[in-house]
Amino acid sequence: MQLAGRLGGRLLPPFARTLLALAVLAAPASGGVLPEDEADLMYHSYQGGDITVKGPSVLIRKKVGDSLSLTYNYYEDMISSASIDVKLSASPYHEIRKQNSFGVDYLHGKTTYSVGYIYSKEPDYIASTTYYSLSQDMFGDLTTITLGYRRGWDQVYRDLCAAPHPTDSECPDIINDPTFHERADHWGYSFGLTQILTRNLLATLNYEIDTDQGYLANPYRQIRYQSTGGAGFTLAPQIYPNTRTSNAASVLLKYYLPWRATLTGSYRFYHDTWDVTGSTVEADYTLPVWKRWIFDGSVRYYTQTHASFFSDLFPYANYSNFMARDRELAAFDSVTLGVGATYQFDIPQAPWIHKSTANIRYDRMMINYKDYRDALLAAQYGAGSEPLYKLDANVLEVFLSIWY
Amino acid sequence: MKNRLPAIIAAAALALPALAADPTGSPAPAFTLGSRAGSAVSLAQYKGQVVMLNFWASWCGPCRQEMPLLESIYRKYNRMGFTLIGVNVEPDSNAANEWLKQTPVSFPILYDKDSKVSKMYDVAGMPSTVIIDRTGKVRVLHRGYKPGDENEYLDSIRTLVRE
Amino acid sequence: MRAHGERRSGRGPAGSRVRGALLAVLVLGASLGGCAPIEPWVKPYEREHLADPIMSLGRNSIAATYRDHVFETREGSHGATGAVGGGCGCN
Repeated sequence: MQLAGRLGGRLLPPFARTLLALAVLAAPASGGVLPEDEADLMYHSYQGGDITVKGPSVLIRKKVGDSLSLTYNYYEDMISSASIDVKLSASPYHEIRKQNSFGVDYLHGKTTYSVGYIYSKEPDYIASTTYYSLSQDMFGDLTTITLGYRRGWDQVYRDLCAAPHPTDSECPDIINDPTFHERADHWGYSFGLTQILTRNLLATLNYEIDTDQGYLANPYRQIRYQSTGGAGFTLAPQIYPNTRTSNAASVLLKYYLPWRATLTGSYRFYHDTWDVTGSTVEADYTLPVWKRWIFDGSVRYYTQTHASFFSDLFPYANYSNFMARDRELAAFDSVTLGVGATYQFDIPQAPWIHKSTANIRYDRMMINYKDYRDALLAAQYGAGSEPLYKLDANVLEVFLSIWY
Repeated sequence: MKNRLPAIIAAAALALPALAADPTGSPAPAFTLGSRAGSAVSLAQYKGQVVMLNFWASWCGPCRQEMPLLESIYRKYNRMGFTLIGVNVEPDSNAANEWLKQTPVSFPILYDKDSKVSKMYDVAGMPSTVIIDRTGKVRVLHRGYKPGDENEYLDSIRTLVRE
Repeated sequence: MRAHGERRSGRGPAGSRVRGALLAVLVLGASLGGCAPIEPWVKPYEREHLADPIMSLGRNSIAATYRDHVFETREGSHGATGAVGGGCGCN
């Protein structure tokens, strides 16, 4: 009960917000071709570690004249959380995050210029992002080069519970903590190259450098340090650096198999100034079957080293200038297996729709932490000797797409 | 006739040089290809007419978009000494024939399965349209298709048909 | 006690160097795109497989980008996932 005031709040590490925004909006505009007119309606769901996040995403894209394409996306996250972090130091909660995105693509010759704006709002976080990019086809359209720049501004708040209530039930009256208001700023630069190698093989290279400045922590999560009595540890606020620069580089190969299928292999390397190093390897197989079905299967392996200031259990209070216990910054391995199916169908009542598909995609993500422990079991095993935490999550997307 | 086709095509393709770097004004390379109707068709048959060659494929979106417009151009000017020939560039014609069942056209469709004629005409984009005048010279070379391009075709055809 | 008291103004530390590099790539790319001595070794009429929707890099992108987002939320890595290009190269 001593933490009745706290709420679990905010699952996304702050920096992930602007990236999400970009990701959802980014039109597959390529050099000398505008994207097709399209509308998508998606239901997405994430369920794992006692967190459920689900919601709709609606996308509409339309050409205006020959040179302009407009995109709008509405996206929502409905969050229910009683995660391990929430259980440790707070109460379960429900929250909705709403996001609106607008994008414009302009085609001139073999170059597409893109501009976009994304606005995301939830009770304790407001994020605005603008992005600019340029995509150019060259060398007989075998090569596409894309350059991008994005800029994000975040307003960070913290929610409090205005009424006392038992820790394992939801707060009946949530308000913003009037003493807490921080900012975070983001800059990102990206370079992408797509190269057609043969009639059956294409390759992509991507490089991205990002900088974050300001309040980069999660105001609800805490570190723990060893102490006598009670569960063997005491909770304390996290202290994050107020700056981070990260680099990521990836390569992808996509090969057309003779029986009409594709095999894709990709590798990404990530490193940042917090000393987190991440390697991702993924293989995907796509197989069209019968006349109207396409099936996909994928295997993804990810491994990460911990941030320099991360520890599951610090030896004593004020151990170092920066301290964090966010499991996203821990050392862990993860394997994700995924399957998907697409069914193409006709809508004779609407001949202006020239293609429509119904799609489903499921991924099972299995994370094994190497230096993050289940602190809820401290009484049973002793602080620092609890079993390492494991997380299994189900990720689902169900969506309808039409091209008109 | 059918089993002598490859030899005929090879002979025709090798007999004349490919298009010069700036093809307008130079003679259109001669060729003979198998057609959808079954018989072999050669460019020489159309000497004296204005000929529009359209290089297309069923997998090419702008090509498919253009076809109904080409059909209406063909129907309008066919009686004035103009003909349109669709040269399909796919090694396997099944997809093209399937698509033509859905979107029929009445102008001749020829199959350039080994890309010999595409190379001769230096096809540098999909679709590509070549307009040849009554004397057999290449007068217009148009790459790609965007809605509105059919007006350019019509202008050229009207001029050349009057020659 | 909290480290967030310090706040630097202006661009991020990587900003000006990266901007310079990207500008150079942009100028180089634009000038190279203009000249055409390199003959495409995959001809426009040979792009049948590349034009196939299953070879598209942006296929089902609304779901693929959501999936990428889930990974970025649970993991410490982000970035370098976008790619455009390939396809039939028509027009």
